[in-house]
Amino acid sequence: MLTKRIIPCLDIKDGRTVKGTNFVQLKDAGDPIELAAMYASQGADELVFLDITATHERRKTLADLVNKVARQINIPFTVGGGISTVEDVRILLQNGADKISVNTAAVKNPALINELAKEFGSQCVVLAIDTKLEDDGEWYVYLTGGRTKTNIRCVDWARKAVDLGAGEILLTSMNHDGTKSGFALSITKRLSTSLPVPVIASGGGGTMQHFVDVFKEASADAALAASIFHFKEISIPDLKNYLSDQDISIRK
Amino acid sequence: MNTAIIKYNAGNIQSVLFALERLNAPAVVTDDPALIREADKVIFPGVGEASSAMQYLRERRLDEVIKSLEQPVLGICLGMQLMCTHSDEGDTTCLGIFDTQVKKFDQGLKTPQIGWNQAKQKRPELFAGFDEDPYFYFVHSYYAGVCDETAATTEYGLSFSSALQKKNFYGVQFHPEKSAEAGQILLENFLKL
Repeated sequence: MLTKRIIPCLDIKDGRTVKGTNFVQLKDAGDPIELAAMYASQGADELVFLDITATHERRKTLADLVNKVARQINIPFTVGGGISTVEDVRILLQNGADKISVNTAAVKNPALINELAKEFGSQCVVLAIDTKLEDDGEWYVYLTGGRTKTNIRCVDWARKAVDLGAGEILLTSMNHDGTKSGFALSITKRLSTSLPVPVIASGGGGTMQHFVDVFKEASADAALAASIFHFKEISIPDLKNYLSDQDISIRK
Repeated sequence: MNTAIIKYNAGNIQSVLFALERLNAPAVVTDDPALIREADKVIFPGVGEASSAMQYLRERRLDEVIKSLEQPVLGICLGMQLMCTHSDEGDTTCLGIFDTQVKKFDQGLKTPQIGWNQAKQKRPELFAGFDEDPYFYFVHSYYAGVCDETAATTEYGLSFSSALQKKNFYGVQFHPEKSAEAGQILLENFLKL
């Protein structure tokens, strides 16, 4: 039986792991290679590296980091942040990334998803969506790391992206990110039960029960978190034991 | 001992090379038939699309080279699928080493299957050293049916061949190069054959 995945996320800025709350207030969280190796040995199912400076600053260092991770880490990993061309993706995949995630550039140029799926296959194209619940009760897509609002509804964009060839959706709720108050169950469930591709829930995981909820109530295929792992508030082996005790299919 | 990793127009070749480096196993990535023939072990990797991959192999006559190999050969993911008789992906005639066909997962399932799933062992060679049925990392939309040459099965909507073997030919649908300790054990088992 296919198991639910636990995915630590490493936000990378200038080669270090950082973590903020609601996309701001960044704190240093350590060396990405050391963290990645530790998570892999503890039973993390995948890793995500997001270069949160990539859109504005230089990013040759990202390819070097990807290469080091690929040499040392024996689990799959996704790389995202500022990716806007087929050539960007080729460099990251050639350096050993298993998947890439696109966000802002795909909203501005949806054909990019199709180009990437044709060139490299849907299995390595993850669509990252930063979304926020507005006063009108609807979830909207935000761009550039949560700084720019659009009028695009999250559910519409996710469906369109899958039709264009996205193989997986990484869904981050800006209302929940960094709050440790639980994942955004309603929007996660809407996507994971209506789309024919896996959905990774992100933002808000603060307790082990939150992970149970997102798998059982929202049918997420995977759950991603950062600070609770970086700052050792929850250990991955403890989390996996807890999930297993709650009859959630997990790799131990 | 030397391992040849077959170079062609498919992904994950770098990951396989890195996995062998972590095991301190010398390896070359090559499409030179002479180097492939003289290697002690051959790995046929692959993430990609079946028809374009087979076309590439035929244009370079690598299809004949692979079929004629006598040392242990391990196909991974698309590599394994290309060792079957036929793939529904692009209606592709494949190498015909394993007597089974490659089909697409049913519409009702999320595809690709992405993540860790369990392999139930039927044949011991690749799976020595596992007390329980191990979990491996899968990423695929097509699967090989169960047949007499099935070496392990996995459930995803139905039971499919997650490993195949016939004489010196082995294939795994999952990615041992990305499957943590379980994958390392499996690769070591192959290298010891």
